[in-house]
Amino acid sequence: MPDDLINSFMTGPDENGRFGDFGGRFVSETLMPLILSLEAEYERAKTDPTFWAEMDFLWKHYVGRPSPLYFAERLTDHLGGAKVYMKRDELNHTGAHKINNVLGQIILARRMGKTRIIAETGAGQHGVATATVCAKFGLKCIVYMGAHDVERQAPNVFRMRLLGAEVVPVTSGRGTLKDAMNDALRDWVTNVRDTFYCIGTVAGPHPYPAMVRDFQSIIGKETRVQMQEAEGRLPDTLVAAIGGGSNAMGLFFPFLDDKSVNIIGVEAGGKGVDDRMEHCASLTGGRPGVLHGNRTYLLQDGDGQILEGFSISAGLDYPGIGPEHSWLHDVGRAQYVAITDREALEAFQLCCALEGIIPALEPSHALAHVMKIAPDLPRDHLIVMNMCGRGDKDIFTVAKHLGFDMKI
Amino acid sequence: MTRIDAKFAQLRAEGRRAFVAYVMAGDPDYATSREIVLGLPGAGVDIIELGMPFTDPMADGETIQLAGQRALAGGQTLDKTLQIARDLRETDDTTPIVMMGYYNPIYARGVARFLADARAAGIDGLIVVDLPPEEDSELCLPAQAAGLNFIRLATPTTDDARLPKVLTNTSGFVYYVSITGITGAANAQATDVGPEVARIKAQTDLPVIVGFGIKTPEAAQAIAAVADGAVVGSAIVAEIAKGRPVAEVLAFVASLAAGAHRA
Ligand SMILES: Cc1ncc(COP(=O)(O)O)c(C=O)c1O
Repeated sequence: MPDDLINSFMTGPDENGRFGDFGGRFVSETLMPLILSLEAEYERAKTDPTFWAEMDFLWKHYVGRPSPLYFAERLTDHLGGAKVYMKRDELNHTGAHKINNVLGQIILARRMGKTRIIAETGAGQHGVATATVCAKFGLKCIVYMGAHDVERQAPNVFRMRLLGAEVVPVTSGRGTLKDAMNDALRDWVTNVRDTFYCIGTVAGPHPYPAMVRDFQSIIGKETRVQMQEAEGRLPDTLVAAIGGGSNAMGLFFPFLDDKSVNIIGVEAGGKGVDDRMEHCASLTGGRPGVLHGNRTYLLQDGDGQILEGFSISAGLDYPGIGPEHSWLHDVGRAQYVAITDREALEAFQLCCALEGIIPALEPSHALAHVMKIAPDLPRDHLIVMNMCGRGDKDIFTVAKHLGFDMKI
Repeated sequence: MTRIDAKFAQLRAEGRRAFVAYVMAGDPDYATSREIVLGLPGAGVDIIELGMPFTDPMADGETIQLAGQRALAGGQTLDKTLQIARDLRETDDTTPIVMMGYYNPIYARGVARFLADARAAGIDGLIVVDLPPEEDSELCLPAQAAGLNFIRLATPTTDDARLPKVLTNTSGFVYYVSITGITGAANAQATDVGPEVARIKAQTDLPVIVGFGIKTPEAAQAIAAVADGAVVGSAIVAEIAKGRPVAEVLAFVASLAAGAHRA
């Protein structure tokens, strides 16, 4: 459907969990009854003031929300064009946006009487957030993490273990984030009666994409208010990095019906989006398919076999993308671009040097795109980039790429 | 009447239970897999489940995951899987072949083209793990319209309220998954399965076949005794994984079939 025929971009998904043709509930029968009861519980919670009162209290006192909207003055001067603001979700407890969503899901799990929480993680940020909230509520926590990621995100593995979680290195398939999600789904099918699957991004079967988006939308809601206070108007451009797409959806969603706001999602271009397929840009370089419970753009071969993505950033290393992004892409409401590892590493260093902020490699991709577009935009153009995570977890990876010896 | 309906009519007339064998197409390689499949009817297999390899088999345990990886590493494609069925049909026009797998490889081909190709290859039914009744318009309804059976899984979590929804567009037979879990995991218990099969039979006239967690001739017999038949998958795939000669694999299959047929 063309852009100008759609009244609102904020009404999805429909009752079948579809955003246009994307989304849905492509799961085995064993999980279906549970997914339906989760949907019912979420619908009840959504209109229950006590649910949101608990969320608001914990967001404020446990996570530290609202996160600041920060004017990056030296970066702006350096780029010489648009005014660059950063939404500082890296200042959240546990260091990324992931905990916004985890809190919501764990409160739901408690309402449903589930005592065992499972999660998948790539960079480890979602795993750390889940382990954290489970520790706070005294819930058993099992985190599935690709064996390859266990290696490149070692600090987060230790964090999760300190927090009392069991970290299961996943060796099935090729041992990456998608395989971690497969193993989490296998655990869920096996332990369906007492287990809640806390998904870390806007993917999976309905209602996860909508539910995670709703929890992450606190990012965009705060940004609206804060930009009003700072500049007296809406931002002109929003930029966010996309793995599964949750920090991006959280920033974008409250602005979808503001036609004046440009929306740009940044995928991981790895070594470059071309036939070698050494990237994770599902929208830029993939085709629609069905994986992990939903229809969305996927990296796949001609026979429908899923391809491994490639990115320097463990958090973006996923061959799919949340179904709502696929829809926003196809209807043209949002634009999606790719940034290479090399460009992200440059942005990472520039951010450290100019702003005194060590960003995670994921938002470094968003920042790299800001660096590309800001110089050509007028000085009164307002950009918000989502600084969705801090880079402590990534310093080993970055040191390796910069040829720096970390042994002291 | 499909080959599946005909097979059950025949089994009923003979007073026998069905033995269903699952193997992964292309495992450990195309030629061996083809030889195994072509030998299954002679080993006493009533219905063949032909696994379609997929990179992300979310409902499968390690045994079948690795089988799929071996097949894909050996260059197995959907076309080659269909070719195995076509080859069987040259000598056998009665043993039903059910393709079992995940939706994406079918979706990637295009549903209409897939159904036409499957029909032409002599496929009789489909089991697609990640298509619950909520997604019937995707493949289930088009498959039935194309004359293929769409066999649905019922599970221990499918309660009485939900069962009619699961049974509505099911045809051929109902596949009762004996455990909450993945393939090759826990052992199915006939004492648990019996009442569940009765619960399903109270709502349908279709045959009810039980699978997941059946590993020995004795278990096949015990489970088949409380249902219309039993499926064995991982235990056969595990024998293939050991690199056993085809004749030994088929002898093992024959022992399982004999177990189910004793019921
Ligand atoms: C800091 C950070 N940003 C982004 C992502 C990617 O996830 P999403 O696209 O869902 O925000 C991750 C995932 O681990 C992350 O840790």
